[in-house]
Amino acid sequence: MGLSAYLTLAAVLFAIGFFGVVTRRNTIGILLGIELMLNAVNINLVAFARFNADVVGMIFTTFTIPITVAEVALGLAIVILIFRMKRTVIADHLDILRG
Amino acid sequence: MTLEVVTFWALAILLIGSALAVVLTKNLFHSVLYLALSLVATAGVFLALDAEFLAAVQLLLYAGGVITIVVFAIVVTERLVGDRITQTSRHIVTGLVLAGALLLGVLGARSGADLPVERPVIAVDVTRAIGQVLLTEFVLPFELLAVLLLVGLLGALYFARPDE
Repeated sequence: MGLSAYLTLAAVLFAIGFFGVVTRRNTIGILLGIELMLNAVNINLVAFARFNADVVGMIFTTFTIPITVAEVALGLAIVILIFRMKRTVIADHLDILRG
Repeated sequence: MTLEVVTFWALAILLIGSALAVVLTKNLFHSVLYLALSLVATAGVFLALDAEFLAAVQLLLYAGGVITIVVFAIVVTERLVGDRITQTSRHIVTGLVLAGALLLGVLGARSGADLPVERPVIAVDVTRAIGQVLLTEFVLPFELLAVLLLVGLLGALYFARPDE
């Protein structure tokens, strides 16, 4: 399988994750969609690194994976905080910034 | 060669199927479990791309860590609500159009590109090479990453502290 097969797989995964981000109403569901999109990007990075025989792309992935984990931890902490304030995690009901 | 093709298609079907289940299933908890499946399938894709170290990191950090955190968050937020852990989607048509346009845009943008078909041989051990380059050429970003993780941990603790 050539590089384009892996890139197509990652593009489909990215689109599915984007669909989840757009359509989900629960904030945690939106975060799960973001996870899928980040995974697609990681697949792209590793595929390019492998087909160029350049290990630096894999180094980049070793950075993006922990950063994603930190992002999820903070995102869910914010979700829990919002839940304490508003008693809901449905994104449509979170309009406290509306003037 | 045939083994590689079979592996790729099996992983692709598993990955796409579980990803679709993540965004389509009604039960939020099932959604997280399907996300775990898709993360494991991603680790399989990394293995197919000769990145054993990244597959291990993916399993440990993502499938182990992230899933645990998300399950905790669901337990905290949904139990107190008292509702069942169902979730609904809205604007499905809009989402389909946007995701399709995004996919077509990505595929169209690289349609003319000259992409390699054969993978070149890597002479060195990939894991060893990652370790060597990580602690020589990229040591500064590596240390910054440690600081970032510390800050993220402290930030999450700060947010989650009990009210005074």
